[in-house]
Formats: sequence, structure tokens, C-alpha cells
Amino acid sequence: MKLSTKKKIYQGIAFNLFRLMSGILVVVLISILSFIVVRGIGVISWDFITKMPEDGMTKGGIYPAIIGTLCLVAGSMLFAFPVGVLSGIYIHEFVKDNWFKRFVKLMTNNLAGVPSIVFGLFGMSLFVNTLGFGDSIIAGSLTLGLLALPVIIRTTEESLKSIDNVFREGSYALGATKIQTIRRVVLPLAMPNIITGFILSIGRVSGETAPILFTVAAYFLPKLPSSIFDQVMALPYHLYVLSTSGTDMEASRNMAYGTALVLIIIVLLLNLIANFTRSYLSKKVKH
Amino acid sequence: MIEAKNLNLFYGTFQALNDISMKVPEKSVTALIGPSGCGKSTFLRTFNRMNDLIPGVKIEGEVIVDDMNVYEKGVDVDNLRKRVGMVFQKPNPFAKSIFENVAYGLRVNGVNDEKLIKQTVEESLKQAALWDEVKDNLKKSAYAISGGQQQRLCIARALAVEPTVLLMDEPASALDPISTSKIEELIHELKKKYTILIVTHNMQQAARVSDHTAFFYMGSLVEFDETKTIFTHPVKQQTQNYVTGRFG
Repeated sequence: MKLSTKKKIYQGIAFNLFRLMSGILVVVLISILSFIVVRGIGVISWDFITKMPEDGMTKGGIYPAIIGTLCLVAGSMLFAFPVGVLSGIYIHEFVKDNWFKRFVKLMTNNLAGVPSIVFGLFGMSLFVNTLGFGDSIIAGSLTLGLLALPVIIRTTEESLKSIDNVFREGSYALGATKIQTIRRVVLPLAMPNIITGFILSIGRVSGETAPILFTVAAYFLPKLPSSIFDQVMALPYHLYVLSTSGTDMEASRNMAYGTALVLIIIVLLLNLIANFTRSYLSKKVKH
Repeated sequence: MIEAKNLNLFYGTFQALNDISMKVPEKSVTALIGPSGCGKSTFLRTFNRMNDLIPGVKIEGEVIVDDMNVYEKGVDVDNLRKRVGMVFQKPNPFAKSIFENVAYGLRVNGVNDEKLIKQTVEESLKQAALWDEVKDNLKKSAYAISGGQQQRLCIARALAVEPTVLLMDEPASALDPISTSKIEELIHELKKKYTILIVTHNMQQAARVSDHTAFFYMGSLVEFDETKTIFTHPVKQQTQNYVTGRFG
């Protein structure tokens, strides 16, 4: 066989293998989504998303769980975003490359690998009991925030690393201080990528069940929270309740799929908003 | 007046500059030439202490700017960098508008007077021979103009803080021939007001734009004289070989 034919065949096999693998990925994703849409779309209605649960959660809506999840996402991000971005800036821009920096980075990476139920236990012990917040939005948000921190810190670091040093030098060369350089030159360039990390953590936070189990989530609480020290229902936990420990699981089966669908739609919407912000910021930077 | 006295510089254990003493003439252009890795850029960057940013740098000897050793303890480095402007190899405008790029140096140095800023931006852009090309688009992003224009914008940005010395690290090496000749014309204009040090790989460029030329080789200053002399009757054989293209 001629060498060129051999090369072509080899390339053909490789391309088709890649194609097959990405195809499998898409098929799996679409099956999951369509499964949930098909089973859940029937119960979705205006009432479903605006009404309290009724009749032992077999009827009515999931309004308090939606509000609860939104509160938790907002609360955890209010905590994790500034803390994470500032730590990332500190680690990348201010700490010299020594054992301490490597240690902090190692710890951050390990933190990202800790199972979420461990965060839940830690949050219960620290926020709920020791600090006395009780089962509350603030305890749950802080726990979820801790869970999101490593991702935000890592992406902040990576985004800062990707900014070419010529920009920093250009700023220093004009007599700017380090803080001025970071705030006015480096951060605007890094922000679109930092936002990406933010998007990823929103997705993760809104779907987590274990960390909120012992810190905030209510089994059944048909009213809206009035302060950050109140308990709330939350979509992932509500989903768990409906499918494993509801009062009448057969009756609430479709409600569970509806809840899953709403959760997915919320994550999707949040991602869309964040993506829009990112592309707006990067456009502002580039044009 | 700027000057280096018995300057040694080490990157860790590697000695990048070897006992360099050199007086840079005022209000003229001095070119630094030599093969890659000879230390000319490193030398250039000692005048605004840009080497400070590299970990493991050690410096001995003196670098005098405005009658003061810039490596003395307690020197205000930010203020030094305001007085000693720098233009880099690759145009590096910030992710801001053309106007804000030039205004940047003023703003970070505490100038708030918008009228003064506007006036300085205009003057700097005129000095950098860019005003006529961008005056209607000052609000546009600096990335919307060509590479050659970006480099002139970076020059304007450096001029806006009113330095006395201008360091240029191969300012035209990333540009096309037309943009290059514009930068060279500009350098010719600017030397009336500023002391200019320029690193270049391009021998013709050194011959065209500079009044004095310093030839560096392996971290040492081999020869420093009027450009005419360096290119026609250099004293050292090494210089002769380099400027005639026999090595390097």
C-alpha cells in the first residue's frame, strides 16, 4: 500500500473515532434532557411555578422551592465571588513562588475534590451550631459558597496567568503602582474568563443537595422566607423528597420531573445571563 | 544626564551585564546593538528598574538618572518610571479607548483635572504624529487601529507623563516597513526634547536614527562612540565584524 493512502486511512479512522465520541456525548445529553422534558412538561403550568405545594406535595406548585434556590444561589455567590476573586488575585499577583504558595494551591485543589456531603457536615457544625445561625439561608449560602470557592479561585488564577506580562510592564513603565495595574489594566482583561468560572459555579451550586441538607433545606415549608435566618425549600432537595420520601410517591412522580425541569431551566437561564455578561465584557475589552 | 557606572547584573548565578560604564548623551539618540542575548535589553531596563520585576535579579554598581543613583535605597520607583518612559517591542496598548490609553499615565499619577488631561492627550498624540489619524476616533478601542498606529499610541502614552528619558526596546521590530519609517521619523523629531536610548537588531536602523551607538557582546560593552565612527572606523575588530555582518 502506498504511504499516502495509508496516511489517509489512518487519518480517516482517527477523525471518525473523534466524531463518534463527541456524538455519544451529544446523544447522552439529549436523551437526559428529552427524558426529563417529556416526563416533566405535563405538569408545568403557571400554577406550578407560582403556587405553594398542596395535598402532601402531590398537588399545587413549587414556588417556595424556586425562590429558595434563587436565594441560595444569590447568597452563595455574594459570598464566594468576592472572596474567591480576591484570593485568586492575592495568590497569583502578590505571593512569591515559594512553598507557601504551592501549599495554598495544593489545599485549594484538594478543597475542590472534597465530597459535597462533607461540606454539608462542616457547614452544619460551623454555621448552624457553632455560630448559631440555625437552619437558615445564611448557613446554607455560606456552605454552598465554600463549595464554590475553589473553582472561583482557580479560574481567577488561571485567567490572571493568561494575561501577557507586556500589559503589566506597560502600566508599571508609566509609574503605576501594582494595585493600579491590577485594577485598571489586568482585571478588565481577565474579567471575561473569571466570569466563566462564576458561571460554572452557579451551575454547580444551584444543583447541590448534600450541602443544604443539614444547613437550610426544609422538607415542607409552604411560605416564603422573610429574613436570611429563615429556612427555605430548595429545588434539588424538593426533587429528592418527591422521589424518595414524599407522602404519596406515585402521585408526586410527575411533580418530581417537573421540578427537575424547572431546575434545569433555571440553571440554563442563569448561564445565559452570565454568558451574555461575559461576551459583553470581552467585547468592551476588544472593540 | 543618564549614566551607568561599573554596572553588574546577575540573573541568579548568570552574569548578564559585566562592569558596564557608559555616559548617555542628552537630547540625542543612542542605539544599543549586538547579537541576541548580549545584554542590551537588560541594560536598557536598568534605567527604569524594569528588571526588578524578574525574580532573582541582583544588581551592583550605579545607574544615574538626574544626578541620582536609581538603585539607592529609598528611591521612589514609580516616580522614576514616570521620568523614564518606555516603549516596548510589541505594541501593548491597554484594553481601553485611544484617549484613555494616553490619559492612563496621568490618571495613575493622580491628575484629576479633566481639562488638563484632555489637553495633554492631544499634545502627546500630536507629538507622536498620531493626532491627525485618530482625532475623530478617540473613543474607539486602541485595538481598532493598526499595529504601527498602536506603537505610536504607546509612544504618545509614554510622552503624556512628561519623561525626560525615553527607552525604546526594539520599537519597530514587529512593524511593517512603512510603519517602521514613521517611527524612525518620529524618533528623529523626539530627540530634540528627549534623551532616547533605543535597542535595535536592525543595523541600518541604528545607522539611520542614532547619533551614538554602543556595541554589546556577551554582557560587556565592547565599544561606544559616535554612530558614524562605529559604522565606518570602529576601533575593535569585534565591532567591525558585527557591523559588517560577519557574525551575529
